[in-house]
Amino acid sequence: MSDFVSDFWGIWISVIVIAGLLGLGYLLYSQTKSVVVKGDKVEITGHIWDGDLAEYNNPLPRWWMWLFYLTLAFGLAYLVLYPGLGKYPGLFGWTSVGQYKKERADAEAKYQPLYDKYLKQDVKALAADPQAQEMGKRLFQTYCVQCHGSDARGAKGFPNLVHHDWQYGGTPEKIHETISEGRHGQMPPFGAAFGEEKVKDVANYVLSLSGKHHDAERAARGQETFKAICSACHGADGTGNQTIGAPNLTHPSGSWLYGGTEKTIIETVTNGRSNQMPTWKDFLGEGKIHLLTAYVWGLSNNPRAPQQQ
Amino acid sequence: METQSTYNYKVVRQFAIMTVVWGIVGMLVGVVIAAQLVWPDLNFGPWFHFGRLRPLHTNAVIFAFGGSGLFATSYYVVQRTCNVRLISDKIAAFTFWGWQAIIVAAVITLPLGYTFGKEYAELEWPIKVAITVVWVAYAYVFFGTIGIRKVKHIYVANWFYGAFILAVALLHIVNSAFVPVSLFKSYSVYSGAVDAMVQWWYGHNAVGFFLTAAFLGMMYYFVPKQAGRPIYSYRLSVVHFWALIFTYMWAGPHHLHYTALPDWTQSVGMVFSLVLLAPSWGGMINGIMTLSGAWHKLRTDPILKFLVVSLSFYGMSTFEGPMMAIKTVNALSHYTDWTIGHVHSGALGWVGFITIGSIYYLIPRLWGREQMYSMKLVEAHFWLATVGVVLYISAMWISGVTEGLMWRALNSDGTLTYSFVESVKATHPYLAVRVLGGALYLSGMLLMAYNTLRTVTAGRAVDAKIPAITATHHA
Repeated sequence: MSDFVSDFWGIWISVIVIAGLLGLGYLLYSQTKSVVVKGDKVEITGHIWDGDLAEYNNPLPRWWMWLFYLTLAFGLAYLVLYPGLGKYPGLFGWTSVGQYKKERADAEAKYQPLYDKYLKQDVKALAADPQAQEMGKRLFQTYCVQCHGSDARGAKGFPNLVHHDWQYGGTPEKIHETISEGRHGQMPPFGAAFGEEKVKDVANYVLSLSGKHHDAERAARGQETFKAICSACHGADGTGNQTIGAPNLTHPSGSWLYGGTEKTIIETVTNGRSNQMPTWKDFLGEGKIHLLTAYVWGLSNNPRAPQQQ
Repeated sequence: METQSTYNYKVVRQFAIMTVVWGIVGMLVGVVIAAQLVWPDLNFGPWFHFGRLRPLHTNAVIFAFGGSGLFATSYYVVQRTCNVRLISDKIAAFTFWGWQAIIVAAVITLPLGYTFGKEYAELEWPIKVAITVVWVAYAYVFFGTIGIRKVKHIYVANWFYGAFILAVALLHIVNSAFVPVSLFKSYSVYSGAVDAMVQWWYGHNAVGFFLTAAFLGMMYYFVPKQAGRPIYSYRLSVVHFWALIFTYMWAGPHHLHYTALPDWTQSVGMVFSLVLLAPSWGGMINGIMTLSGAWHKLRTDPILKFLVVSLSFYGMSTFEGPMMAIKTVNALSHYTDWTIGHVHSGALGWVGFITIGSIYYLIPRLWGREQMYSMKLVEAHFWLATVGVVLYISAMWISGVTEGLMWRALNSDGTLTYSFVESVKATHPYLAVRVLGGALYLSGMLLMAYNTLRTVTAGRAVDAKIPAITATHHA
């Protein structure tokens, strides 16, 4: 189905709209010409259906008639002032995009200085500034909660931000980079290369790394595979590599991105994972990102930061 | 022939009973999904999840309850006002069994997750085809009966039923245009903003023709009959009929304010939505004013109460609708519970009440009784339903305006004052009140089912004789 991009449609609809409004006015007018003189008895039309169904022919209530004319007049006036007839822009020149741009520009002019004034301050200093923290929290509650949760503890596939177990690094610089540029985390699938048994062995070794309950025999076998293959990203000791976003598998915080059961780890190793955090630099701008960085950094580093439940 | 001298009440009886049955089913599912929003733990497994039950609720209430009520009353009204039996008993029977089969198919496929993905048009393509077939049969029976009428003039109720049948056929066929990819999956032939526009052209006219024009047809027969008074103004019915059916067709874009739909299209939708106010109120005035000289009957007649209160809710929601279609109001109301409240003041207050009143009128006449088994129970039903609707819509108004205001509230630094979840939390008590309102309304329907059962078992199915035509009928 083609989009209605040709001018024909706008003209066609405009003709119907104007003819329709005028036609409704005429319909109304044609039925109000004859007015029953007050005091005259209104007769039924003379038609009878189903034994006793009949109709009076009372005139249209005046207030109703004027209400109808009023809406028609409003409609015509609106279509003169606002865009409603195809390409005709309307006397006010209003557009929804124009309204959006204006509101946005007004907001930027009003609010941007509030954010920009913090740019001069260091992230760690802002993390100790209650007002900056409050603003950061509001930004977080607006833009970040959809994935990271209102308590910032994340969800399956969405990192927990209140601990020190950082995937890409928890320094102010790294947090800033993550928010500005976004991240694309990928782990390749090993199901086909390893086979089911080997995957299970590796999973048990991974469980052993964080001291979880595991099958020692399988873990021992899995260790070989881990050292040969997995260590390339996760490191020989399994503590991960923040430059490429490979998680620390010793999990000092006890928090797992996709879950730490044998079943989930097998799933991860077999199918791999792919995940993305969008880039925010164009949408939020430097001032807001700076405050957000301070807020997120403060979540795990600031003893005074309010611990949210 | 013996059958030629009576009206076909059999198909009316069948549809009348199923109106009560599907009313209970549809409203029960409504109460369940309302409860799921208050207590999310009630979402059991994929089959009974909100996302699958919600379309079941809307389909069951609109097309099963409302649809059966419209089939029952239109078949009854068209015969009696044309002084002739339905043109074909067999095809009328086919529309009954066909429509019921479609509803059963909906009850099975929607919880299983089969969906076309368009609101109020969720049923997958084999069922869509079946709807088209049954609808064509319905049109044949209705217009065929009009065609063989023994009375010269076509009664106003039939204009509305006729407009409804034609418009719904058009809406269904255009909006459902599909490309099948398998036996149970198909896709819309439209895409993007065009698809959205077609959907809401359909969606709003489902309200306009299925839930408004058709029930006005019901109103134009059962209100004057129950009140025992002539219709207030023939002239008014002419003006508001033509104005209503023309204008409704253009109001759909108000569902898509501030979206990717071109601005000019949105404006056309808003203008015609406002223009709709007077034509809609024309029907309300004609119904209410028909009671002049019979107001005292309201004190004692609970059926008349249902009919008149339905007109009040009709007037209220057709005032509310045009207001909500104004862009600046819509910016507050859109996507909030206010819309749900608006829909239900129309669905429960207008459609529900007029249907319940009409069915209470029909049941005794179809089973050869003077009146319902218990008029006290009808009275109780009226009050349960009234309190139920009022609780429902006031809860949704408060909840909706709360949501709208919370979503737009800004802090001094330009950030949002409330996160989304805070607005959910704020509306929680009102969602609970809604469950209560819905449960009251449903309990009224249970009284109706019991009352109907007692009336039917005490009576005997009768087919009224077609009376001889008097001179006035020919005039």
